[in-house]
Amino acid sequence: MTLFDYLIVGAVLFGLSLAGILINRKNVITLLMCLELMLLAVNMNFIAFSHFLGDLTGQVFVFFILTVAAAESAIGLAILVVLFRNRNTINVDDLNELKG
Amino acid sequence: MTHFMPPQFTAALPEIFVLLMIVVIMMADLFFGEKRRLIAYGLTQLTLVVAFALTFQQLSLGTLTTFNGLYIVDPLAIIGKLFILALSVFVFVYSRDYIPTHHMPRGEFHLLGLFSILGMMVLVSSASFLSLYLGLELLSLPLYAMVALKRDAAISSEAAMKYFVMGALASGMLLYGISMLYGAADSLSFVTVAQVIHQTSDAHRLILIFGLIFVIAGTLFKLGAAPFHMWVPDVYEGAPTAITLFITTAPKIAGLIMLLRLLVDAMPGLVLQWQPILIAIAVLSITLGNFIAITQSNIKRMFAYSSIAHMGYLLLGVIAATPLGYSASLFYIFSYAIMAAGAFGLLTLLSHAGCEVENISDLQGLNTRNPWLALMMLIILFSMAGIPPTLGFFAKLGVLEALVKVHFVALAVYAIVLALVGAYYYLRVVKVMYFDEPHDATPIASTMDRNVAISINGLAIVALGIFPNALIMLCRSVF
Repeated sequence: MTLFDYLIVGAVLFGLSLAGILINRKNVITLLMCLELMLLAVNMNFIAFSHFLGDLTGQVFVFFILTVAAAESAIGLAILVVLFRNRNTINVDDLNELKG
Repeated sequence: MTHFMPPQFTAALPEIFVLLMIVVIMMADLFFGEKRRLIAYGLTQLTLVVAFALTFQQLSLGTLTTFNGLYIVDPLAIIGKLFILALSVFVFVYSRDYIPTHHMPRGEFHLLGLFSILGMMVLVSSASFLSLYLGLELLSLPLYAMVALKRDAAISSEAAMKYFVMGALASGMLLYGISMLYGAADSLSFVTVAQVIHQTSDAHRLILIFGLIFVIAGTLFKLGAAPFHMWVPDVYEGAPTAITLFITTAPKIAGLIMLLRLLVDAMPGLVLQWQPILIAIAVLSITLGNFIAITQSNIKRMFAYSSIAHMGYLLLGVIAATPLGYSASLFYIFSYAIMAAGAFGLLTLLSHAGCEVENISDLQGLNTRNPWLALMMLIILFSMAGIPPTLGFFAKLGVLEALVKVHFVALAVYAIVLALVGAYYYLRVVKVMYFDEPHDATPIASTMDRNVAISINGLAIVALGIFPNALIMLCRSVF
């Protein structure tokens, strides 16, 4: 496996998550999953670079990203709970009260 | 590998102090919050004032990089922090009564606000992509929660969800860009990245440019410039006014300094690549912001589109890519933050228990209801429109001057023409305030401290507009 192969995997994961966020019209939870996937794609890049460059900084960065991702999904899910209590739906298409 | 050096903790004294006070306030609010209702507010203001003093005495430090190259104290960081802290004092004064009368938890509001301010301080002091990312997340995560703070309001939670998804997407793009830059430069430090870019020949810069594009997209998402602006109007409208006030002042300053750190500290060698991207984004922001603002009837939404236009003007200084341009952008963001603090501060003051200022028509006849507040709003709106002798005029003059000096005359002329379009919707609000009859002519009362704060804010716009030299010199001394 070369560095390029790993970068392709990272790019594919990133593209999948981006497509998931932009195309998905169904469920907010899917959006949150796509956001996590995006961060994992970035982690893939960092680890691949870190390994092939022989530099540990990238792997340290990954730990920070994982921690922040956990905090981020905690806040995202908390907002989701509030949203569901107010609206009784977590359908992306129903989030349309604000527009103009 | 360099051997371990103990960090200079004194350099980060303001941040360390704010963090300690956050813990103290959390405990104090838990134990005394029910009985002494102003404890969180009082301690928060104390924290901001002391942190301001601690930052102020760092001015003598010069430039200092510590914590293994993660953290930098330089004039840009110090001046940025001073403005962030000073404006936050005003923000908390304006929102003091708004929070309890609109059934939002007081302690949480102040704590989340302080966490966000801590994130801004780390962000403006970052010397490496790692501290930049952590500062940015610490700034953004509390903001998402703050937007949803009014738990029974459906539009607030919808706005929070949109803000969260867009913000997380922006962080993801920024990180992807950072990973590319890391791969090309083998380092996360801005100085090293700048050196590597300098040594790389044009033919081998592809991966760097790839990273640059993602980093710019992520940063402009956070700043709210078109075409990355979708969240701005929804969040401004959906969030409670006091939270909008918070979002639109200090984080914008931090956002610009983040952009300057990335483009000027880390990637000055790629100026030929980022200049055209920023030109396109600035033109789009100015056009879209100014034209869509005309059609808005909701005043918070109007200010949201006006902020998108302002972000476009702000980028004009960065586009010039000269020290004069950067200082003009810095001057612009300080002026914008002061004006936005005043504008949303006034909307917060006018929103008394149960009565929320939502639409422009809610301001009808403000002059007969409270002439002084109407006058302050008039000054702020004139300043946003860029009418002399207010601060907003010199902000626009500065960026346009920087642009003309590097021969982007056509862009400068376009920006001026669109500023005239912008004047229309600001002056329409003035007309509503002064010449329309109020629906309900009861006078609006306001408490002493908030009257003093809004008067200082409004008069500062005029005073700094008549004597802008000190602030201009301060911004120029940074670059």
